[in-house]
Amino acid sequence: MERTSHAFKESAVRALQDATLQMALGNMRVGFVGKRQKARERLPEFERLCDLARDIKDHTLKHLDFYLEAFEARVKAQDGEVHWCRTPAEARQVILEICQRVEARTVTKGKSMIAEEIALNEFLEANGIEPVETDLGEYIIQLAHEPPSHIIAPAIHKTREQVSDLFFEHHRQYGKTRRLDETRALVDEARQVLRPKYVAADVGITGANFLVAETGSVVIVTNEGNSDLTRTLPKVHIVTASIEKLVPNVEDVWTILRLLARSATGQELSTYTTFASGPRQEGELDGPGEFHVVLLDNGRSDVLGTEFQDILRCIRCAACINHCPVYRAVGGHAYGWVYSGPMGAVLTPMLIGIEEAGHLPNASTFCGRCEAVCPMRIPLPRMMRHWREREFEGGHSPPTFRRGIKLWAWLARHPRLYGPVMALAIGLMARLAGRRRRFRVLPLAGGWTGSRDFPAPEGQRFMAMWRARRAARGGP
Amino acid sequence: MMISKAPIRVGLFVTCLVDLFRPSVGLAAVKLLEDAGCVVEAPLRQTCCGQPAYNSGDRRDAKAIARQVIDLFEGYDYVVVPSGSCGGMLHEHYPRLFADEPAMARRAEGLSARTFELVAFLTDKLGLERVDARFEGAVAYHDSCSCLRELKVRDQPRRLLSTVEGLTLAELANPEICCGFGGAFCVKYPEISTRMVDEKIEDIRASGARTLLAADLGCLMNIAGRLHREGDRIEVRHVAEVLAGMTDAPPIGGR
Ligand code: SF4
Repeated sequence: MERTSHAFKESAVRALQDATLQMALGNMRVGFVGKRQKARERLPEFERLCDLARDIKDHTLKHLDFYLEAFEARVKAQDGEVHWCRTPAEARQVILEICQRVEARTVTKGKSMIAEEIALNEFLEANGIEPVETDLGEYIIQLAHEPPSHIIAPAIHKTREQVSDLFFEHHRQYGKTRRLDETRALVDEARQVLRPKYVAADVGITGANFLVAETGSVVIVTNEGNSDLTRTLPKVHIVTASIEKLVPNVEDVWTILRLLARSATGQELSTYTTFASGPRQEGELDGPGEFHVVLLDNGRSDVLGTEFQDILRCIRCAACINHCPVYRAVGGHAYGWVYSGPMGAVLTPMLIGIEEAGHLPNASTFCGRCEAVCPMRIPLPRMMRHWREREFEGGHSPPTFRRGIKLWAWLARHPRLYGPVMALAIGLMARLAGRRRRFRVLPLAGGWTGSRDFPAPEGQRFMAMWRARRAARGGP
Repeated sequence: MMISKAPIRVGLFVTCLVDLFRPSVGLAAVKLLEDAGCVVEAPLRQTCCGQPAYNSGDRRDAKAIARQVIDLFEGYDYVVVPSGSCGGMLHEHYPRLFADEPAMARRAEGLSARTFELVAFLTDKLGLERVDARFEGAVAYHDSCSCLRELKVRDQPRRLLSTVEGLTLAELANPEICCGFGGAFCVKYPEISTRMVDEKIEDIRASGARTLLAADLGCLMNIAGRLHREGDRIEVRHVAEVLAGMTDAPPIGGR
């Protein structure tokens, strides 16, 4: 997938001016936030569950090697295979080899952020294999040749009219020539188009919400049931998952599941929750003939034990994204890669480098709403600040900005100089502003005065007034 | 409630924005604290809490400045700050800055435990239930993110404001949403910041308030600046000015 995170600023400005996008984002505002709030209120033990969920993941991450090996052993015992992949390239290659071995022509795909992370679709296409997205949102953006703009609602940036246009254009080849504008009708038509593809596919690829060490199961949560058809109808099921999806046992899954859907969509549970363990066994009625778990690291093990480890607790519920005022303003594509919003601002620099993604952790007011709603208690602002620290220490932040901060900090550390210098500056500003008491333009402050007046200082330092008061009262 | 007989000695950390831009807020804070029976001192060598460096990733300078603040405010019973974000810096972040220096960390913890946002100090520590002030008109209170989420200050200012004679309190529809200031954020990403402050302003207008108050000068300058640019006549002040009944100075950015 193309990376445009370095151009966040420009993309954000474009997004702000894109009326259609703004309309689509406006629709999402009402939905997620209110529904999560209600779901949380209905569950008195919500906050306690968050603590438990955090502890489960912290424990797992602390002993990740142990749980990964336990998981692999259980998968093998159930005739499945685990493929350890350090990099996206390794993961792609493993998947391609499996597909080629079974002479796959088409593969169906359930929603998987890891598949996005390794840019699987482009790769399969380039190798003559047709990937078919079966999650409605993913299907829509596949038709539009766009990346997802939200981790649980990949086509949230599209309005219904745009979807209608896309279907009208692409479904003609299946004899569907009527333009539809009702959501229900659009969903039905997508279903009709996708049904035969499920049956024709040779391989089904899904993501995973959890990997269970104790049972070797993968847990897949959807609202459309598409992942179950993707998983059971083809000969081969490939699961793409990253290493931090591990939890020790099934009870842990249920603890976290009670938070996942509530935080994401406000549902108590998603419509479908599937535990898949290995290929079809003798006497079973359905299931794939082969079961592969492609386990991706992609730099995650490097952050174990660092100030970024907590992000590995993330369960991709998107609550942080849904509550982020910056995301709400610019949408997901501006972030320039797979992940967006606060979790993306922490994760993306880790996966593609702070040099490419430096804007992301900077484009935050640290308003803290993300951390407040994160069910896994991930301190997102703190970790964005840690990225800023790495950037600053590594000399990647813009030089004028660095010099400005350094100069100001130096002054702040020299009160005897700070006092008179500041007194002079604010005295001058107050006189210049006069009775108007504000500036429309101010040299070097275009970022502010481009859209805001700049309130003038009152003219005297508080500390000077205080000193005078003390003197008047005979103090030191 | 005040328990001990000896007056409480408060060190006022006035914040760099109040010191430089709006000393009126500092005077109002002093009046509120003295009226409540405190002995107030403002160490003369104070400058800033170090947040601009801290939030820019300049940890080294942030630490140096934090050390200076910890030294200056060692001897007071309490340290009071007329700002949620600077208060949060002292209270939340100083201990974190020195996590790897046990001796400093202890001092930072000590300061943290003694540090309060002004209004929360008046209500929660001094047990103040009402103020002796008058202010005519409908007023909206904007929760700064640091007050709301970092320091959990929400009801305290509303409670005291409701005792101001002549004042009616209007609620904003989305009080949890940030105004878009964010320190350097507002000049680094002005377009996004402007969108955010515009939404805040829409809320303020819809509330019917003629005056907007908050406990953080950063938010206030951002909101006032945008209101003025839009030609709006809603006035913007720090909550301490109204609580102290010291509203003779023109509002932030003038009328
Ligand atoms: S960071 Fe937290 S809120 Fe955001 S997606 Fe992950 S778990 Fe959900």
